[in-house]
Amino acid sequence: MATELALSVEGIDALYGESHVLHAVSLSLRPGTVLALLGRNGAGKTTCMSTIIGFLRPRAGTIRVFGEKISGLLPEAIARRGVGLVPQGRRVFPTLTVEENLKVAARPAPGGWTLEKVYALFSRLQERRAQHAGSLSGGEQQMLAIARALMGNPRVLLLDEPSEGLAPIIVAEVARTIARLKAEGQSIVLVEQNVKLALKLADDAVILNTGRIAFAGEAEALRRDETLITQQLGVH
Amino acid sequence: MQFWAIQTLNSLALGGLLFLLSAGFSLIFGLMRIANLTHGALFMVGAYLGATLLRWVPNLWIVALLSGLIVAAFGFLLEKFILEKLKGNVFSQVLVTLGFAYIIADFCLVTWGGDPIPIPTPPSLQQPLRVAGLAFPAFRLAVVGIAVLAAIVLYLFIERTRIGAMIRAGVDDMEMARAVGIPVRRLFSIVFCLGAGLAGAGGVIGGPIMSAYPGLDADMLPLALIVVILGGVGSLVGAFVGSFITAFVYTFGVALFPQLAYVILFLPMIFVIAFRPRGLFGKFAA
Repeated sequence: MATELALSVEGIDALYGESHVLHAVSLSLRPGTVLALLGRNGAGKTTCMSTIIGFLRPRAGTIRVFGEKISGLLPEAIARRGVGLVPQGRRVFPTLTVEENLKVAARPAPGGWTLEKVYALFSRLQERRAQHAGSLSGGEQQMLAIARALMGNPRVLLLDEPSEGLAPIIVAEVARTIARLKAEGQSIVLVEQNVKLALKLADDAVILNTGRIAFAGEAEALRRDETLITQQLGVH
Repeated sequence: MQFWAIQTLNSLALGGLLFLLSAGFSLIFGLMRIANLTHGALFMVGAYLGATLLRWVPNLWIVALLSGLIVAAFGFLLEKFILEKLKGNVFSQVLVTLGFAYIIADFCLVTWGGDPIPIPTPPSLQQPLRVAGLAFPAFRLAVVGIAVLAAIVLYLFIERTRIGAMIRAGVDDMEMARAVGIPVRRLFSIVFCLGAGLAGAGGVIGGPIMSAYPGLDADMLPLALIVVILGGVGSLVGAFVGSFITAFVYTFGVALFPQLAYVILFLPMIFVIAFRPRGLFGKFAA
């Protein structure tokens, strides 16, 4: 059963110091689909991402990528097993050039992403290839963060608030990029504050509320349930 | 005139030696976030090894290379079998490096005794170079040349290779470097080996100027710390510039105000830490 899932998170508990931030959280990402992970600030969305990539070790529960257990491994080992992270706040390597940011993350795969393909997807990055990443605009840094994750040819892509702090026109571009990646068969977990954007792209959705699952189901069901959205996510 | 010229050259030579010592110290600090307190001891054991090896191999440069390789191998073992076991615990790691500094110092005392062991200047460089009526010790000029060469090679390695870019990525954001799959453990080994090797070779090259003596480690370590505070943690350019500034301040301080040498050296540090805690080229505060 579990082997059919691109990513399965089974009942994980995570703690920051003494405070319990995730309680028995489970997620299922089907191959080639987008799973939206929603919730208010502090609901545990980023903690969930940090646990999947291995920044944080879960106290309980198991995480698998295409059936292979990754929980308990170091982040670099988890990355090599096919998890790519586009972190909150982008976190490009500021003193490296754009091209170096991409090259250090490269893990070639047959028919997979290469420097040329990534530049074809984001032509702005090619124009700025020799520039230090720290000098890029927020939108360009976001594209670089996505491109950097793609260079590792991930089987599962984790996008943590890719629209945060960006101008609407750039948000639209990010959304188009995500839609395109999905169309190419990329499995994606999308963490978003922008519920409208997330539900437009997602097949399934999960809402976290103070570290617990408050909703898990099809995105379509959530789109139709205004009450639940208002109740769980506040405005919109 | 001769005084100023000689002190300037002495400063440059000391700056070159400090660079060999602190380049690795700074990279280790920047990447692994630990002040490697064995670094002075690695410099000293390099000098002692050089003194011994010179009996069999009568060429200082080859001996410097051999000594550097032996110390690098020791650094590799120290990192692999001790520091890695304490991963994630920076405080313990620093304490272990301090412990090894004492162990190495005692090992040197037992093996080579308490008297300074001179390391002869290569015969071809014993004649002073005469320029404009001033005499310059040729060996010190050679030391400056070697340091500049080492700086260029290191710069190309760090700035122009993929592994160098990975090291810089780790200095920028260690957690994110791991998340994109950069094998940081291997980088730790590489940087620690490199730093230890440079310190060991530096001890031999500094030998004809300083000789090998108990306490050489404790004389060099604070200078490396100052270089890194001044130049910035994890920055090669910072280590280069910081080495020469420190060397000039120290050399002229000792020559002009011998009683105040350490005051002159450490006083500016207060201002650096107060007004520019990241140093001249650093990314984060030491």
